[in-house]
Amino acid sequence: MLSRVAENLYWMARYLERAEDTARLVRVSRHLMLDFPGTATLGWSSLISISGADEIFDEYYTERDAASVLTFLCADRRYSGSVLGALAAARENLRTTREVMPREVWEEVNRLFLECSDIFSGTIDLRRLDDFLRVVIRGCQALTGMLDGSLSDTPARTFCAVGGYLERADMITRILDVRSANLLPRTPDDLTPFENLQWMSVLKSLSAYQMYRQHVRLRVRGPDVVRFILLNPQFPRALNRCLNNLNRKLSTLPRSGLACQRVTELLGMLATEDAARLADAPDRLHAFVDELQLGFNRVHEAIQATWFAGIDSPAPVVAD
Amino acid sequence: MPQIDWNTYACEGLYDELLASAGKPRPAAQAVCDYLSSLDVSEVRDLKAAAEVAIQVMGITFTVYSDGDMIDRAWPFDIVPRIIPSHEWAHVEAGLKQRVKALNLFIDDLYNEQRIIKDGVFPAELLEQSVNFREQCVGIRPPGGIWAHICGSDLVRDKDGTIYVLEDNLRIPSGVSYMLENRNVSKRVMPELFQTGRILPVDDYPAQLYDMLAAMSPRKISEPNIVVLTPGIYNSAYYEHAFLAQQMGVDLVEGSDLIVGSDDCVYMRTIDGLVHVDVIYRRVDDLFIDPEAFNPESTLGVPGVMRAWRKGTVALCNAPGAGVADDKVVYAYVPEIIRYYLDADPILPNVPSYLCMREEDRKHVLANLDKLVVKPANESGGYGMLIGPHSTPEEQAKFAELIKANPRNYMAQPTLSLSVTPTLTDDAVEPRHVDLRPFILSSGNDTYVTTGGLTRVALVKGSLVVNSSQGGGSKDTWIVDTGGQGQTQGQGS
Repeated sequence: MLSRVAENLYWMARYLERAEDTARLVRVSRHLMLDFPGTATLGWSSLISISGADEIFDEYYTERDAASVLTFLCADRRYSGSVLGALAAARENLRTTREVMPREVWEEVNRLFLECSDIFSGTIDLRRLDDFLRVVIRGCQALTGMLDGSLSDTPARTFCAVGGYLERADMITRILDVRSANLLPRTPDDLTPFENLQWMSVLKSLSAYQMYRQHVRLRVRGPDVVRFILLNPQFPRALNRCLNNLNRKLSTLPRSGLACQRVTELLGMLATEDAARLADAPDRLHAFVDELQLGFNRVHEAIQATWFAGIDSPAPVVAD
Repeated sequence: MPQIDWNTYACEGLYDELLASAGKPRPAAQAVCDYLSSLDVSEVRDLKAAAEVAIQVMGITFTVYSDGDMIDRAWPFDIVPRIIPSHEWAHVEAGLKQRVKALNLFIDDLYNEQRIIKDGVFPAELLEQSVNFREQCVGIRPPGGIWAHICGSDLVRDKDGTIYVLEDNLRIPSGVSYMLENRNVSKRVMPELFQTGRILPVDDYPAQLYDMLAAMSPRKISEPNIVVLTPGIYNSAYYEHAFLAQQMGVDLVEGSDLIVGSDDCVYMRTIDGLVHVDVIYRRVDDLFIDPEAFNPESTLGVPGVMRAWRKGTVALCNAPGAGVADDKVVYAYVPEIIRYYLDADPILPNVPSYLCMREEDRKHVLANLDKLVVKPANESGGYGMLIGPHSTPEEQAKFAELIKANPRNYMAQPTLSLSVTPTLTDDAVEPRHVDLRPFILSSGNDTYVTTGGLTRVALVKGSLVVNSSQGGGSKDTWIVDTGGQGQTQGQGS
């Protein structure tokens, strides 16, 4: 498979996952705000920080109010992490690789992008926000299913999966970071009712609430949630499982040593960290998430160098 | 109530491909005409709708630019096929093979001994002024002496029934994917007509193309690595590039996917590392194919690919420089070229041509701008032409100046009354002008001609412009087996 095609597929999958996860992040934050009394002081601003988009946001917006933040995250195509921006980027990546993908995948990506830009383009109408987020999440899930059901087990499928898992891992940690960020005012008392509300929202944004309840029979508590999200081996949006899947997929590719090693390092970090303790130490959680994200970058760099690297690739391997 | 009544079909004074005269279908077209006239209004509408849906579902598009945006338009298709009886096609096929054979000998000669110039048959100054002659190719002799492996020749029929060659496309002729897709659409919407088994199939082309490309491989291995090189998704023929790559099961690459190693071999970048490339079916123009050898600004090409080609480590199809023979002024010499190399008379005639570089011809052209079609030597796609009878005095004056300023660059031909074929309009069937582009594959000892080709139709009443970029449409082309009876149906009848 051509490196360019592999790279396009990888990014297509990353952008699709990013669109879905950003939609999830927005949805859960919004619900949380609605539940929370006296919303005036809530930190919409932290959603921008979680997304790592402070710089680009400040370039285009002056105020971090609900309307600006939601517009930016959902409908601003100048930002490739916005839902519409990510869908557009997924579509452009797929456009040049249409010939290796089942035709219905292209049609669905195209349709999803057009439907979403019909709902919001540039500005958003808050009354239609839920509708928009639902369309995005459902559309992305339909695509995941379509890829699973119609793409042969070839490198094309592997690169889609690799991109999807890596992006998902990244977004899981960002969503978890909501806890450490100032989305809600920090309270000295760990047992405030809002505390649990907030952990519940983390679970819900990952569609993890029911799975968590089946797994952990007790009431929702921070330490259990963090442990579940980071370490659960069964839940598809748990980091541990996500990284293991990523490793398994990578190992089927040629010359995968370096990339697999980088993922293994991340798994090592997970294994040695006392996950439960993080729940009560927001700053520690935030620092840990930062470390993980640096690790994701290293995985990406390894993938880039091994399979996509350009002209100046130093020692090309010649296969015949 | 039937919609189509052939008795009122207005083809008087024109050569119609399907009907000898109103109400009288030609034998090869009888079945289609009977079928169409048996349909009522709503059935015809359903047929048209079915074709449109098929084109959409199959995703057959071509790309146009409009206001800086790239738009994929659905391929314009008319369901009434254009029909040619097989005995007549056999004649055309023989003529095309002869023509392409001579053209390849001509190109090979121009880049090597130049015997045809030394013998005074072809003027040296024409070659000196040719914009498609590539110095970089002088002295090269590709395997088998073949330069134009793929040729698309445009054929037209005049009102007396004679089929002429209008031009040869030897650089990167396009349209063959639409020929194949048109047949797929016809089969979907009118399957009953194919059950008679008299319509010859066209779908062998991708296999023939693959075999030809594989045979060009410098490495004699069982599965050489073949790629289709595209300028990318913004090219108007990208659909075709992707289609052909898919049909042949080879990689569709862009310039940046390829690299020339220090061993002067071409490699493609894959997830397994660099893989040796044997044959490049390039859909990138000569001047952009290698920034080292040609346009240094080109980002579409592959630095060093000419070096590799000259060294013989990779095959290029078509060979760079092949375009020297599809210049419209060179065209006028093709009958001489055929006589010179093959010692035979041309089987298919050229359209009579006036070369503005010849003083007498130029006088004739300038005096008759309102009657002639004037063409620049090196444009394609129907751009930069003057169609005399449809032009204004201002346009004629502008062309007179252009011709005087650069006579070498212009030639003129009489306005042919192109043949017509029945075409569905909103509420009737009316004659519309058509041409035909067959494709010819040459691989040393073997030459393959497509069964028919791509019929292009000017959808606007009276228009002669068939290019899809300028409002033309297309039709499926049927070569119908007439059982070798040799009825003198074709020319002149």
